[in-house]
Order: sequence, then C-alpha cells, then structure tokens
Amino acid sequence: MGGSRREAALAALTFVALALLPLAAPAYYLQFGAKVLLVGLAAMALNLVVGFGGLVSLCHAAFYGLAGYTLALVSPRYEAASLFWTLPLAVGASAVAALLIGALSLRTRGVYFIMVTLAFGQMLFYLFADTDIAGGSDGFYIYTRPELALGGLTLVDLDKPTGFYLTALATVALATLLLLRLTRSPFGQALAAAHENERRARALGFPVYRIRLAAFTVSGALAGLAGYFASVQFGYVAPQMLGWHFSATILVMVVLGGLGSVTGPLVGAAAFLGLEEVLKAALPDHWALALGTVILLVVLLLPGGVRQLADAALGPLSRERPPGKPLAAAEGATGA
Amino acid sequence: MPEPALLAESLSKRFGGLQAVADVSLALRPSEIHAVIGPNGAGKSTLINLLSGDLRPSAGLIRLGGRDATSLSPEARGRAGLGRSYQKTTIFPRRSAFANARLAAQARSPRALAPFRSADRDDAVNARARAALAEAGLLDREAAIAGTLSHGEQRQLEIAMVLATEPTVILLDEPLAGMGHGEAQRMIALIGRLKAGRAVLLVEHDMDAVFTLADVLTVMADGRVIAQGEPAAVRAHPAVRAAYLGHEADAAA
Amino acid sequence: MDLVTFGVQLLNAVQYGLVLFLVASGLTLVFGILGVINLAHGAFYMLGAYTAFWLAAATGSFWIALVGGVAIAFVVGMLMEDVFVRRLYGRDHLAQVLLSFALILILDEVRLHLFGKDVHSVAPPDFLQGSIQLTDTLSYPVYRLAVCLFCLLVALAIFAVLRWTKIGMVVRAGAENREMVRALGISFDRVSRYVFAVGIALAALAGIVVAPISTVYPGMGDGMLILSFVVVVLGGIGSVAGAAIGALAVGLTDTFGKVFFPAFSSVSVYLVMALILLWRPNGILGRREV
Repeated sequence: MGGSRREAALAALTFVALALLPLAAPAYYLQFGAKVLLVGLAAMALNLVVGFGGLVSLCHAAFYGLAGYTLALVSPRYEAASLFWTLPLAVGASAVAALLIGALSLRTRGVYFIMVTLAFGQMLFYLFADTDIAGGSDGFYIYTRPELALGGLTLVDLDKPTGFYLTALATVALATLLLLRLTRSPFGQALAAAHENERRARALGFPVYRIRLAAFTVSGALAGLAGYFASVQFGYVAPQMLGWHFSATILVMVVLGGLGSVTGPLVGAAAFLGLEEVLKAALPDHWALALGTVILLVVLLLPGGVRQLADAALGPLSRERPPGKPLAAAEGATGA
Repeated sequence: MPEPALLAESLSKRFGGLQAVADVSLALRPSEIHAVIGPNGAGKSTLINLLSGDLRPSAGLIRLGGRDATSLSPEARGRAGLGRSYQKTTIFPRRSAFANARLAAQARSPRALAPFRSADRDDAVNARARAALAEAGLLDREAAIAGTLSHGEQRQLEIAMVLATEPTVILLDEPLAGMGHGEAQRMIALIGRLKAGRAVLLVEHDMDAVFTLADVLTVMADGRVIAQGEPAAVRAHPAVRAAYLGHEADAAA
Repeated sequence: MDLVTFGVQLLNAVQYGLVLFLVASGLTLVFGILGVINLAHGAFYMLGAYTAFWLAAATGSFWIALVGGVAIAFVVGMLMEDVFVRRLYGRDHLAQVLLSFALILILDEVRLHLFGKDVHSVAPPDFLQGSIQLTDTLSYPVYRLAVCLFCLLVALAIFAVLRWTKIGMVVRAGAENREMVRALGISFDRVSRYVFAVGIALAALAGIVVAPISTVYPGMGDGMLILSFVVVVLGGIGSVAGAAIGALAVGLTDTFGKVFFPAFSSVSVYLVMALILLWRPNGILGRREV
C-alpha cells in the first residue's frame, strides 16, 4: 500500500509540473501532450481490467470510439453543444456498451474472453464502418467543438491549444485520482484478489462476476472519457478509432508502462507515442516495421525491462509482485 | 440434538458414465467434527465440492442453515456462512499473511465492495483478520509473504482465512496431506479447536487424526455411504472392515 | 425469394463457410495443441492471397500459384514456429497477444515492400472460367462451385488425417490434453512445428482460392481473423468439428443476413455469437475451460 501512496504523491507532482508546461512549450507540444494524456487515459482505463483484474480485453477501442461518435452524432453543425450534457451522454454510451459486452464476455474465460471481446469490439467497428450512420468508412467531422460554458460565460476555450491541454490534463488527473482510490478500496482489492486466485476469492464469498462486470463498465466509461476528448481535439471521428488495432496498441502501452500500477500506462503511452514520433521522423518508410520489432523484442527479451524502469521511476505496487515477471500479472486471465 | 448447520440429502454426481457420488446423505451439526473417510476414488473430494458449490449435483438436495442451497454458487454459499479449504492450498501467495486474512475478513464485511474507502484502514476488518490469524496460531507470521511460508503454515493460513469469514460450517479437504509429524500435530490441535460453535466436515486419510478428532464418521466406497455413525460403532461395522479398514495401510500411504 | 435464388445464396453461404473453415481450423488447432493464441493468423491469409497474385502474374498459371503459395506458407510457418512461436509456449495469453500483434505490424510491412499496397485480382484457371446458366437471369460462376468442391475435399482430408493417421491421433490427443502428449514421449517439438505450419498453410490456401472471387487487398486478413475467432468461439476451442459447425453457421448467417437485413449484415454474425455465448459459454462442442 505504501507503494501506491508514493505513486499518488509522485503523480500529483507530475500533474502540477505538466500544468506549467503551457508557460514554456509551443502549441505543437501542447497538442502532442494532450494526445499522450488522452491515449494514456485510455490505457489507464484498460489497465484496470488487464493489470488489476487480469482480464485481457481487446475491445477498449470500441468504448473509446463510441464516445467520440456519440459526440459527433449529437453535435449540431453550426453551434457549439455544451460539454455539460454531451460529455455525460458520450461517457454513458460507452458505459452501457461496456456493461452489455462485459455481461456476455465475462461468461467466458481466458482465451475465449480475448476472442469474444475482440469480436464484439469489431462488431461496433463494422457498425460504423459499413453503415452510413455516421459517414461510413470515411469518418465524420465535428464541425463545431463543444463548449465549456456556464450562462453564456466561456469557462475554458477548447479551441485554443492551451485551454484544451489544461482541460485534458485536469480530466486525466481526476481520472487518475479515481483509479488510485478505486484500486486501493475494498472493491479494487477484491478485483485483484479474484485475479490472483479466483477459486479462493469465490470461496470467501466475493461475487466475482459482478465485481468484474463493474470494473469492466468503469473501465469502458473511462476509455469513453478519453475518446470523447480525443474526438474534440481532432474534430473528427473515424472507424479506426474503434478498430482492434488501437485496442492492441493501448495494450502494448499498458505492458510498456507496467501492469501493476495505476499511472504506469501513462508512462507507457508517452514512451510509445514518443517512440512512434521518433521512428516516423527517422525512418519514414519503415517506422511500422521498426515499431513492430520493438514490441517483439520487448515481449521476447525484456519482459521485465521497461516495467522495471517504470518501477524505479514511480515505485508502484511492485512490493506485491515479484520483479521481472510483469506479464505473469495477467496469468489469472488464462483461467485457473 | 442441535439442528444441522448443513444437510445433504441423497446427493448424486455423475461425470459422463462415472457415478462419482451416489445417494449420499449427511448432516453437519454445530460443535461437531464429522469425518468422511474412504479409499481413494471413493468420492470424498467430489462430495466436498458438491457441498461447497464448486460442483453442481446431478440429483439431491443441500440445505445450509435451514435454507435450500442446492443451486447456490460457491460465493453465495461463502456469504451464507460456509468456508472451506482445498486439497491443494488455495491462498493469495504474493500477499502477506495478514493481507490474505484481511481480504477474507473484508469478504464478510458489510463494506466488502466499497469503491472509495481505503481497504487497509477498516478497523473492524483488520481486527477480525488478526483474531483469525491468532486463532490459527499464525499471528507471529502476519508480515511474511504467504508464498514464502512453509507448507504447514500455508495450510494454517488457509484456515485462518476461512475463520476470518466467520463461518458456521467449515469443510476441510485433507488438511494434513503432505505434513510432517510436528506440523500435523499442530494442525490436529487446531482442527480440534475449530469446532467450537461451528460444524466441521473433515476429509482425511490419516486414521489416527480422524479417530482423535471425529465425533461422527461417514465411510464411503465407490461413491456410496457404507456406514455412518459414532466412530467406535463404525469401526466395528463388518462392511467397513471388509471394504475399507483392511486397506488402511494403502490409504494412509 | 424463389427457390433458385435461395439455392444460389445457400451455395454462397456454404462456399463462404468452407473457406472460413480452412482458416479457422488452423487457428483452433494451433490453440488446441500449442496453447498459443495467434492474432497474426489472418495476416497469413492475406499474404497467401498476395503470394498467389504474384506467382500467378509471374508464371501465368493459377496452379503454380496455388501449389507454390501453399508450399511457401508451409516453409514460412515452420520458420515462424522456430523463431518466434515456440518462445510463447507456456507464456501467458497477454504475451501471445502482444507478440502476434507485433507480427501483424511486421508482416504488413513485408507485404508493403514485397507486393505494394494495391488492390489486385487473380484470374481463375481457364477451364473454370465462365458460368452455369440457371435461369434466364441467374447464373452461377463455375469457379465458385469448384471452390466449394475443393474446400470440401480439403476439409475431408483434414478430418481423415486427424481420424486415421498416427500424427492425427497425436494431434487429437494433444487437443484433449497437452500434457498427455508430452507424457507419451512423442516429440512435441516436431508435432508442434507441423501443426503450426499446417495451420499457416491452410490460412494461405484459403487466401489463394478466394483470390479469384474477391479481390486481393491489404486489409483482407483482418476481417478474416475476426470471423475465424467467432467461428472458434462458436465451435469450441481445439475442436475441428466445432470449427466446421461454427464456420457453416457464420457463412449462413452472414450470407442470409446480407439478403434479409442488408444494413446490419455485418452485425448479425456477432449477434448470433452473443446468443450462443448465452447458451454455451464454451462453444457448441467446447468442453474444457482454457
């Protein structure tokens, strides 16, 4: 527990430092920073079920994208919709989708769960890619960004890089706080217990299915929160937001950053997206190959390497897990 | 005679063509240790799994605390006051012994799944966890990581976890298996203390332990009950002598 | 829908199902025997189709493309097993998911550099060109019929090998109980390498025979991968017979979904999967927890 308290303190310091970034950094970096924060939020959301719950989900992109599409579909073309109702609506849509998909998928175990979540995620992908609900495979523009205003007074201008960056930062900080509390709570401990030894957790009387479904729903809602702001940032939604490649990408970030900690996936997202930028600049023709190779090498040769680096920097819950075996943390997902 | 805390009536379990448990009835009463013995393959483990809900019976009825529990899940039975140990020690090996007991105590708490409180700062839960560790004789090891405890200590911890859920019925599946003499003596003493106010079912191969501990004895062979009653009477039962006690040496090996 | 149209659609459904079976049977065997979930399986289907296009364009012969494509896939499969996949035996599913995802990225780049990103078509062999006139307005392409027949033969061959050969027996035993195969002292290394290579070759074979019907395009493996997963989930992991049932169910649902609910045809398959999951969470022929 001491580890997670240290993690909370370090996260708070980091967020304060990040809030000062607009004083120094040009707009491009703020945009990139906001992107990292939001994708990192999606990875943190995913990590609640993968790292803490031991459930390898491959449909979180669908929850991320669904919230974006919800915003795109309800946004009027020429005037700004209020964030105060579009945000709950979009996050609610993701939560409901996660509840329904989770209720079915959690009936299965291990590799079935992976395949079933993948399939349901792709179902939502095809729903938007193959039908003309919202532009089909071409995607859909959000012509006017939602506004954060009260009684005609604009609180934050989401059109400005600084305003958007700070809003994204505040959102991610709140979500981090929520996840830190949740994972330390009896609920979070029961979720982790069901992962470590499902049979014992059930014999003790923990309602494992309901615990997992609740975690899955919260996780889907938080992925939706990230997707909502991501679509605000880009003013555009496309089916690829929901596609399973993005699900797998944020899973890579989760593993890069460390499964056992709340904020690790943020670090993983920064490392991954930073590496992607570097590779794109250095090897414009082969960057995907290079990225694939890096993932491959991490999985094959350094299962604990990047995690241990993150551990040293953040000092998360490493006390409760043997070092050097981060991937073993999802062993519960293979079904006991 | 007190009301049974757990009652099984005509339980049967088939796996494909194999009749693992056939028409077994038994009653577990508070403050009694009810031992179930029988040669390997007699259906003892299947029976315990039927009672705990890990397996569903093909036929028969289970009543827990006077209520029908036949179709309840293991977790629902756990909440209804049933605790069990497994043949293979089933704990949270990466957590400390105290954290194991605390999780068990939490499961029994009215705030078992509270999402925003701090799990390790619930005084009532912490106190119950400590009391359970103390009762199981493991308080001095509370800070040790469970996976690093000795085999005997891990079994004690499993019982401490069961105790922390404040059960009315405890099912023990071969609690002495794999223990050295000293460890076994400690465990036998612990099991003897468990029955205070609780109904205990004990499946065990160690005949000395069974006859030391048991208030009631059920003998199974080929999935059926061949004798049931007071240990001394059962021991003298001709069918038991023929079917089982003649093989005592094998079974204990 | 009149009877002829219905018949045509039924044939389409069966043909689709059979192709799916070729892909999914490899996937289910690789999981059943090796315990590895391979997300890159669809990429081999795509690469098979591109290889067929390349060989057909270079040699002018569909047959050379067919045989050559399968042979190349088999050899690549052996190499892949040796270099990457065997490192995953005994690792958890998360590592397998990540490694096979990385393989997808890499194989996609390989495709880009070897074959480019254009959409291609492959001509069927001469004697299989043309159509059979069914009514005045309806005809059915000969090649599609040939695909049905060919896939059916391959499917029967798979079942025959599993049923009557020694290696088939080992594979079936392995799908039931991996440890048992090891305990029998059978060279697990060899069996696992063949199983993986055959799985890859089957995926490539499916890609090749489909190439003249659909087009050859970069994203073709993705859709196939997901549908194969649905097939495996429906049938039960490790069960080849289950894969056959699942593949036909998906083929029928998809084809008739397109006829009756064109707007939601792509969703219909997943709804069927959801219903089956409510009924049997481990698949129709699935028995064990994995």
